[in-house]
Amino acid sequence: MKAFNFHEVKSVKEATKLASNKSTFLAGGMTLIPSMKMRLSSFSDVIDIKEIKELYGIKVKGKSVIIGANTKHADVAASKEVRKAVHSLAGLAEGIGDPQVRNCGTLGGSISNNDPTACYPSACIALDATIHTSSRKVEAEKFFTGMFETSLKKGELVTAVEFQIPEKSCYIKFPNPASRYAMVGVYIAKFKKEVRCAVTGAQSVVYRCKEIEKALNNNFSESALDSVSLKSSNLNSDIHASAEYRASLIVSCAQKAVAGSK
Amino acid sequence: MAASMIGSKVERKEDKKFLTGKGRYTADITLANQTFAYFIRSPHARAKIKNIDTSKAKKASGVIDVLTAKELNEDKIGGLIAGWKIVSKDGTDMKIPPHPALASDSVNYVGDHVALVVAETLQQARDAAELVKVDYKVLKAVVNTGDAMNSESIHDGIDKNLSFDWELGDKAKTDEAFASADKIVKMTLTNNRLVPNAMEPRASIGDFNPSSEELTLYTTSQNPHLSRLVMSAFNAIHPEHKFRIVAPDVGGGFGSKIYPYAEDVVVAWAAKRLQRPVKWVCERTDSFLSDCHGRDHITNCELAIKNDGTVTGLKVDTIANLGGYASLFATVTPTYLYGPLVLGLYNIASAYCNVKAVYTNTAPVDAYRGAGRPEATYMIERLMDKAAKEMGMDRAEFRKKNFIRQFPHQQCLVHNIDSGDYEAHFNRALELSDYSNFEKRKAESAAKGKLRGIGFSTYIEACGIAPSAAVMSLGAGVGLWESAEIRFNATGNISVMTGTHSHGQSHDTTFAQIVADKLGVPMENIDLVHGDTDKGPFGMGTYGSRSLAVGGTAIAKACDKIVEKGKKVAAHMLEANPDEIEFKDGEFIVPNSNKKKTIGEIAFACYLPGTYGEIKSPLPEGVEPGLKETAFYDPVNFSFPAGSHVCEVEVDPTTGETKVDTYTCVDDFGNLINPMIVEGQIHGGLAQGIGQALYENAYYDETGQLVTASYMDYTMPRADNFPEFRIDYTCTPATSNPLGVKGCGEAGAIASPPAVMNAVIDAIGTEVSMPATSEKVWKALKDKSDTKKKAA
Ligand SMILES: Cc1cc2nc3c(=O)[nH]c(=O)nc-3n(C[C@H](O)[C@H](O)[C@H](O)COP(=O)(O)OP(=O)(O)OC[C@H]3O[C@@H](n4cnc5c(N)ncnc54)[C@H](O)[C@@H]3O)c2cc1C
Repeated sequence: MKAFNFHEVKSVKEATKLASNKSTFLAGGMTLIPSMKMRLSSFSDVIDIKEIKELYGIKVKGKSVIIGANTKHADVAASKEVRKAVHSLAGLAEGIGDPQVRNCGTLGGSISNNDPTACYPSACIALDATIHTSSRKVEAEKFFTGMFETSLKKGELVTAVEFQIPEKSCYIKFPNPASRYAMVGVYIAKFKKEVRCAVTGAQSVVYRCKEIEKALNNNFSESALDSVSLKSSNLNSDIHASAEYRASLIVSCAQKAVAGSK
Repeated sequence: MAASMIGSKVERKEDKKFLTGKGRYTADITLANQTFAYFIRSPHARAKIKNIDTSKAKKASGVIDVLTAKELNEDKIGGLIAGWKIVSKDGTDMKIPPHPALASDSVNYVGDHVALVVAETLQQARDAAELVKVDYKVLKAVVNTGDAMNSESIHDGIDKNLSFDWELGDKAKTDEAFASADKIVKMTLTNNRLVPNAMEPRASIGDFNPSSEELTLYTTSQNPHLSRLVMSAFNAIHPEHKFRIVAPDVGGGFGSKIYPYAEDVVVAWAAKRLQRPVKWVCERTDSFLSDCHGRDHITNCELAIKNDGTVTGLKVDTIANLGGYASLFATVTPTYLYGPLVLGLYNIASAYCNVKAVYTNTAPVDAYRGAGRPEATYMIERLMDKAAKEMGMDRAEFRKKNFIRQFPHQQCLVHNIDSGDYEAHFNRALELSDYSNFEKRKAESAAKGKLRGIGFSTYIEACGIAPSAAVMSLGAGVGLWESAEIRFNATGNISVMTGTHSHGQSHDTTFAQIVADKLGVPMENIDLVHGDTDKGPFGMGTYGSRSLAVGGTAIAKACDKIVEKGKKVAAHMLEANPDEIEFKDGEFIVPNSNKKKTIGEIAFACYLPGTYGEIKSPLPEGVEPGLKETAFYDPVNFSFPAGSHVCEVEVDPTTGETKVDTYTCVDDFGNLINPMIVEGQIHGGLAQGIGQALYENAYYDETGQLVTASYMDYTMPRADNFPEFRIDYTCTPATSNPLGVKGCGEAGAIASPPAVMNAVIDAIGTEVSMPATSEKVWKALKDKSDTKKKAA
């Protein structure tokens, strides 16, 4: 780790004011700190946002659940409101990392980092979320722009995520055996108007799988996916899974997600 | 105290400190005026070093010095050695390339040590390291075990990258067995490369005392005495009598901490050269790159079988990867720790084993939990399984038919096995695993859309390393006896010094149980001292399940000497004849009288004669004051633990996910001192063995970069990957040591890979290689169904 100035801030305003080209926000630190320790990244200023009270909290309002950016995975997993409104979202949070990661890592940190194998981005896409930031509101589909890239501007802070409540939904992760991030993660949400299927872990950034959505819009059942065969040419390939294997896993995860939807 | 401590599940003495975070590891030690070191490592698998420019780094803030091969040579520091000479079948000695502690003109794997930056803070050392400019001429790397002999030589003068071409066994006799066989079964196997992954990464701190001219090295070693010997005799860092090595608490080794590493040599030397303490702690990524790896064999093997199922011959042809250089035990691991064990626990009349050891541009490969024996067991047990299937025989019956039944048994290769009862543990394992109802469970799995398989594995190991006469005749640089000292203090408590080292094996408890039992002293009054060359006698360290069989025996013998002396003193105090004194439960007794002395009273009298009780006179004539005895023990033979393991797996054919559903092991470790500790050793070994079978793989890409250099990509098994293990024992005591113990540290890692793989292959009905990851299993099933479709 290289030396840096450390700031602890109490408000969003203070945080954004301090931010510069050479600064970073520190939330749970589960991703940021290891990357700084390995000298993969370094900053002149680290702005600790954990003391910003307004970034915490879970609210269910009409057809949406709003979760503050600083809310920890463990709090989402344990929330009765979340579990009641969107069962699968609490389930997703419960399946992230290990207890230590869940007790430190945050929703805001996860989506701002936008790891191509992270779980939360798929929830944002499948649950048609709106990302609230210090300066605007962005649709999830416009937020995740590329590998580890988002439409956040320098110094812009995610404040909350507003998820739409579906009729039923389910997230199935096929974990990478080593890291246990998603080798493939499939989030299926059935709304009145449409079925949304978001896939993480399979490309450089989370995406909607139109083939699966089409099949499920016609017939929301496991067997509707029996005949779906995805092409693998645009999927990731690495030492843990070839593109061909990922294509097959997406379908089998989707089938399990349909079966597990509630 | 009347109940025997031996055989009881005493709670571990060491748990309190470890479970409350009070362990004291090398990295926990902070010395006054200490500096911090950072190693610059090669980013290339193979390159020539054209120039190293340290000028900028030397001027950086806080930097004390930047050391390279140039300074090493100035001080005439020797390179690392290979400790066991192997002679090729053509009579030539093995070929060992120079292995300098800092690379001088070439690097041979990613992570090879190139230079050391020493600074006031770690931060400064790392910053300065970025300023060191190493000019490399990158060469094409030789990476694969199988390709090494057909590739360009990576070391000058080592043709075909071949270190040695070694053979064992009677080739002509074996050829005859194959010529007269009714059936020959062949297969090719890969034994995957593993990273040992001790929980505590390596670390060392060098500390030179300019007043006494003593050099101390605190280090993460399984074997501090041998490290000191090697570093003073071969690396010539400092004379042995002025050199102290301390291995405090060590968080696991699994073999990877047996030998001194380049980092130990460089840190000890740097502290002496710079006259300040130098501290180095390995980071996890560097540990992946530079700890010696394990396994990495490619083997062709075949069995000669008679129609009735009798195996009459075995041929084994192995290429073993040594990595970039030959590490200390690297040459014995794929030869004498492997070849003699290829017969398993079968009575096979002829065998021939050929091993070619090759250099590649990968991390050095050396002993890792089991060292050679897991490779041997994997080979024979996979081959026996395949043979049974091809013979149309039940896999359990086929094994039983070929078991050794009479002991002692001289195998056709090397070992003379003293004791065992193989059918006993095999039958018990079949019973405990409920083999007879397997088909029912298989049908239940099928109803859920899952594939179920069962796999067997039996194993034998040669432990208690090692009888000196035997190993020296096989080429070892040293015999591997062990030492112990029992030192009574005047107040009656005891320090037990051992030359072995505990880094997870619970010696503090097991050895104290032996002493408590022998001397009748409560456990809490017995303290085990190990890991400090200044405190205890010379010893050979801990590996090869040797500590109890060899070191424990030395302790027991030293206890006997204490009792002998105690009898003389007690007789004097009790005015009796030494011959009539009996010793029992900590008391010296004159039979048929009420005259007795506790061992504590005797200790006090030995140290403070004339001040205690009746003994107003000095000690009996000819008896020296003090109560302290030393014993050395060199066993007459290896010990031969054996056992039978049964694994059942369930495979999800849609994803290839494989779950170990049940795992049963029945082991014969001879007598058990502490069954709870033994169980812990089994669990750990099984975790590593099942890890090898299903998850772990050190993977280098074609340029020699280690792709799996962190836990993001190297799959360590976790608790939720395992079922509850079903564990039981049978017992035929070892005859090679008076405790009758055989050793249990490696059994789990030796037996489990073939048990798991045989189960996976049984489930999916087609071959797959280790590790059987979900993708590989999925692919194997897909290829099988594609071939079927094509055929139809
Ligand atoms: C062992 C381990 C296992 C894991 N497993 C999983 C898994 O299975 N699935 C999964 O999805 N994730 C997993 N993670 C990642 C985990 O979810 C992290 O919590 C997450 O990636 C980052 O959250 P954080 O709060 O720790 O953010 P930090 O590490 O503090 O920050 C990460 C990045 O986001 C920025 N940032 C943080 N908060 C904000 C904000 N409010 N606005 C703008 N930028 C912000 C930071 O500046 C930094 O660049 C794992 C992590 C670890 C260490």
